[in-house]
Amino acid sequence: MSAAFDEMKEADGGVRPAYSELSRWLKEVPPDVLDYRRREAELLFRRIGITFAVYGEADAQERLIPFDVIPRIMSGAEWRLLEKGLTQRVKALNLFIKDIYGAREILRAGVVPDDLVFRNPAFRPEMSGQSVPHDIFIHIAGIDIVRVDADTFYVLEDNARTPSGVSYMLENREIMMRLFPELFARHRIAPVENYPDQLLATLKSVAPERVARDPNVVMLTPGVYNSAYYEHSFLADKLGVELVEGRDLFVKDEFVYMRTTQGPRKVDVIYRRIDDDFIDPLTFRPDSALGVAGLMSAYQAGNVTMANAVGTGIADDKAVYSFMPAVVKFYLGEEPLLKNVPTWRCREEEHLAYVLEHLHELVVKEVHGSGGYGMLIGPAASKIAIEQFRLKLKAAPKNFIAQPTLALSTCPTCVEQGVAPRHVDLRPFVLTGSKGTRIVPGGLTRVAMKEGSLVVNSSQGGGTKDTWVLDG
Amino acid sequence: MRIRISHATTYRYDTPPNSVIQMLRLTPRNHNGQYVVSWRVDLSEDCLLHQHEDAFGNISHFFTAEGPFRELSVAVEGEVDTHDTKSVVSGAVERFPPGMYLRETALTQPDAAIVDFADSARTGTGSDPLGLLHGLMTALNREITFDIDPTQSSTTAAEAFALRRGVCQDLTHIFIAAARQLGIPARYVGGHFYRVDGVTAQDAGHAWVEAYVEHLGWVGFDPTNGIGTTEAHVRVAIGLDYLGAAPVRGTRFGGSGETLKVAVHVDQARQQAQN
Repeated sequence: MSAAFDEMKEADGGVRPAYSELSRWLKEVPPDVLDYRRREAELLFRRIGITFAVYGEADAQERLIPFDVIPRIMSGAEWRLLEKGLTQRVKALNLFIKDIYGAREILRAGVVPDDLVFRNPAFRPEMSGQSVPHDIFIHIAGIDIVRVDADTFYVLEDNARTPSGVSYMLENREIMMRLFPELFARHRIAPVENYPDQLLATLKSVAPERVARDPNVVMLTPGVYNSAYYEHSFLADKLGVELVEGRDLFVKDEFVYMRTTQGPRKVDVIYRRIDDDFIDPLTFRPDSALGVAGLMSAYQAGNVTMANAVGTGIADDKAVYSFMPAVVKFYLGEEPLLKNVPTWRCREEEHLAYVLEHLHELVVKEVHGSGGYGMLIGPAASKIAIEQFRLKLKAAPKNFIAQPTLALSTCPTCVEQGVAPRHVDLRPFVLTGSKGTRIVPGGLTRVAMKEGSLVVNSSQGGGTKDTWVLDG
Repeated sequence: MRIRISHATTYRYDTPPNSVIQMLRLTPRNHNGQYVVSWRVDLSEDCLLHQHEDAFGNISHFFTAEGPFRELSVAVEGEVDTHDTKSVVSGAVERFPPGMYLRETALTQPDAAIVDFADSARTGTGSDPLGLLHGLMTALNREITFDIDPTQSSTTAAEAFALRRGVCQDLTHIFIAAARQLGIPARYVGGHFYRVDGVTAQDAGHAWVEAYVEHLGWVGFDPTNGIGTTEAHVRVAIGLDYLGAAPVRGTRFGGSGETLKVAVHVDQARQQAQN
């Protein structure tokens, strides 16, 4: 693994242009002031109550995600490059989902193997032949991006199921503006505060065509026990839409209604943060108490829009991911602007053989995994851990993919010993409505707080940063 | 053979519900071995019945009945002409390539015991898929005792196989789990069976398996009766498992003390004299 690309410093010790003001400021600001602001930020986060729950930890009720007060900065030119690449990728993803539930052209052309789709747990046979309003399946995508040098961005993961984290992007900006007004005065930073407006406009734009009045949008949450409940209530509030649970909705004669004190009110668009499995006990898991009985019938009749559509989770599959360059070419006839990390599919014999030989240098991930759970980082793993993983891999090869260990770029980060480089990734949020695609400049930067660590997931102790895209 | 079927599902409530929403898969379609002469769906409550075709090609109906009512009944009846196609089902609505029916579901996930059972069937019959499937069917029919007591609609293949007991749904699930384990696409069929012994009143519908055999297509196996499907089988709905082909799935809002009664009659239609 080569040395990581430092987003602030050139190899010769010079400062990259986007960071020139920040670098100057970091030299000026006394360490105790930085530390004071850092504690103030933590206090603010606690007061707001922005916390998350880690599954599988008995003592961890609600935890605060560490917030780093040093922003990550991208130039306007860098962002424009990313923006184009993201737009292209999400366009292709959307066409892919539409195709596998429709004409299945990509399967007939042999670009993506049949069984990877049809036997994929995230594929929903029930969606086959189903059209959705405006032909848009992925309204909100979170595409995880990593950077390895000045010009190279890789897509690490596509999140088309129910990407979360946007509340941190918004809160981080708000808190930074409160704590560091002088830094904002010294930069021209593209705004992110309009994300809720853009999201609402996107959701309204995809209401069923026949809805003539202002569409009624609701946010459907599994409830307070979900790890992202804070985000659900935060976003519903920012959007000015009702936050509902399954029991607040019902279906009658193929329309969805919300129970209100003034009587039932028709619902046109559901921004749902409930997994497919739980969304309708008549179609999916019959034991689900979280969903809405009959919702799929209203959906099938074209009377309600679900964002994202049911069955989009297959795009999150890491074996499917490995076909994305071909998918982009197949639908758009273009070369992908964003690179894919080279990926070995352990479902293929030759790939598996290679992976087993090189476990100590690879990152091995579960195809359906997320949150950094259940993965092996070869270079950082003990011999025992590697051998244990080898058994797991051999037992069910098709559940895994492997990638080279990437040297993720680093950004200056406040740590115990002062300011030091730490590895980061970026999750921009891509909105697709009937009037096109919008991406607020930036996204959520996640940072591995431990020295040398490449795992940025909050469930694994990662933190976040405000992400600045400079105007101009 | 012309088969006359009536299938009534009646719910009674101690405390009437506010409303009931249900999805029905109770309506057969044609294929080369089956022609639906007449069919009707009747609800005891006055409400709209919305018809769809689901992703598997089944005809489904949805309704919401507003309470209060003490009783709700869903009744279907009709006549179907059938003839023997040597268990091969062709001309049915096919929405997926056979390989899709290798998907595992929660109800059909094989455990180690089912994997062993499938392997031993292979050892016993060799690699000819048709022979293998007949071997599976015979073995299941012999090993599993028909018993309506120990299992429910949520019982998995693995649970039923461990009990060595169950109803047609359980035998079908075990068969499907084993067949898929052997790389043979298999699916659940819900329908009706005309009994030659003259018993026309049944307390449930029937279920069996269709397995995909290269060069033949979908072939019906009825492990409960230990036979390939015949003109006595009327096919109503298919799915990956019971849940995908279930005749009724529903939710009740409010109310309590629900009891369910299912009455099925399957008989040969009387030849009507024209003169």
